[in-house]
Amino acid sequence: MIALWYLAAGVLFILGLRGLSGPRTARRGNLLAATGMLLAVVVTVVDIVDEPDLVWWIVIAGLVVGGGIGAVLALRVQMTAMPQLVAAFNGFGGGASALVAAAEVIRSDAVFATEVAVTVALSIAIGTVTLSGSFVAYGKLQGIVTGRPVGLPGGPALNGLIALVTAAAATWAVASGEPTAYWVVAGLSLLLGVTAVLPIGGADMPVVISLLNSLSGVAAAMAGFVIGNLALIIGGALVGAAGLILTIQMSEAMNRSIANILFSGFGTGEGGGGPIGDKPVNRATPDDVAIAVAYAERVVIVPGYGLAVAQAQHAVRELADALEARGVTVEYAIHPVAGRMPGHMNVLLAEADVPYEVLLDMDQANPRLPQTDVALVVGANDVVNPSARDDTGSSIYGMPILEVDRAASAVVIKRSLSPGFAGIDNPLFYEDKTMMLFADAKAGLEDIVAALERL
Amino acid sequence: MSDLFIQGIVVFVLASFVGFEVISKVPPTLHTPLMSGANAISGITIVGAVIAAAVGQGAAAGILGFLAVTFATINVVGGFLVTDRMLEMFKRKPRR
Repeated sequence: MIALWYLAAGVLFILGLRGLSGPRTARRGNLLAATGMLLAVVVTVVDIVDEPDLVWWIVIAGLVVGGGIGAVLALRVQMTAMPQLVAAFNGFGGGASALVAAAEVIRSDAVFATEVAVTVALSIAIGTVTLSGSFVAYGKLQGIVTGRPVGLPGGPALNGLIALVTAAAATWAVASGEPTAYWVVAGLSLLLGVTAVLPIGGADMPVVISLLNSLSGVAAAMAGFVIGNLALIIGGALVGAAGLILTIQMSEAMNRSIANILFSGFGTGEGGGGPIGDKPVNRATPDDVAIAVAYAERVVIVPGYGLAVAQAQHAVRELADALEARGVTVEYAIHPVAGRMPGHMNVLLAEADVPYEVLLDMDQANPRLPQTDVALVVGANDVVNPSARDDTGSSIYGMPILEVDRAASAVVIKRSLSPGFAGIDNPLFYEDKTMMLFADAKAGLEDIVAALERL
Repeated sequence: MSDLFIQGIVVFVLASFVGFEVISKVPPTLHTPLMSGANAISGITIVGAVIAAAVGQGAAAGILGFLAVTFATINVVGGFLVTDRMLEMFKRKPRR
């Protein structure tokens, strides 16, 4: 009977995910999925409640403590900090699945049928990699660990080696039935999560977070095999697939393979191109920019991670309002990997009440940029770098970009001429039609708004 | 291989395909809420955690069970709440 209830929960998850894929149905979708979750927990409790010697106080303590922490984190988080929060939640989910499998190792003293033993080892390995990898990602996004790629001795070979030793330990665990072997797998996987994510730079985080999301689902599904529970298998498989799709979409948006992102330590070396910052640029004042945008017919704003860092989403909205009041058409062009997680910019702009109808994705934006008077780049760099299109020698060659250089003119708000994450120069900055406003994104935007009022 | 395990494989494969089909056409605007909502669903491991904590005997099992329930609940409660918070912002229609 319980399997039917779990199926009902699974159906609610599917309906929920489908709801989440449309703007109008998304909130209801999330509610449906949450209902499925509640249903799954309640029927589980009802199912086991008659068994002897149950320790309910531990369950209740965990629910209270976890629920409290989760609620506080969710309600307090700034929208700019959303990537690290999602990373942390991924980590907790993966960790929980590994713990479920670990508890099963203790309960049964590691006596499993071979196929179950394989899934025990897999849920421990995948769950702990997700746990430690997610918290390293959290540290990078939160600024506790440097966002730049960290080179490790041995580079990618080191990760290959640790992965190999982990696989050997897992084989040992499955073959021997020794509980200790499973703990060795757990320790090695924790290490692997750290060494795998540490060398990956901040701008590749959209891919890393999507992948960790997928892994947290796979870990849950594997834990489902361990305890023979269909709810975990259904929910875990759905999330594994969903996360994998996003991972693939993000890596396509960078024109790089997932393996390249995970193993290259991109951004550590020379990216090609000339020396940086010794060419003349058009330095603009906020008044220059105000004049340029005030008399434009169409302005397209291109946000990047700098917008999130400066918390400039409200300032950008104020500027857009001021321009619209003057009859200027304002739209936003959003690159799929702008920011630190998929959809990061969309969330920030939604927080500032920018309606999603004026947010253009790359395919919608590029045909419109040539008819745009001013493209206003706020804290973005590599995603508007024409080298990706023109310079076959560039390390980002082939990455689809927002073609800001095809607009009639461009304004770039940026703190300095320092290169973007890829470590390469951006020819856009030196074009005659480009104005550079060197400022923090928020302060720069506010200065432009003030200058507009004086016009 | 037990029937239950084989059943599990069948369900796993079919659910994966359903996941691919359902998600493949999501507008970029919704990528973050989709991810955090999916993340909350991966907290389904809470079901396993509750069982593990309830049936566990002894100190080690107790500690693992408590941590499992706590972690999974953080994931579930935090994930659904934060997704709802984001989607509420998307819903507002500020066009004046």
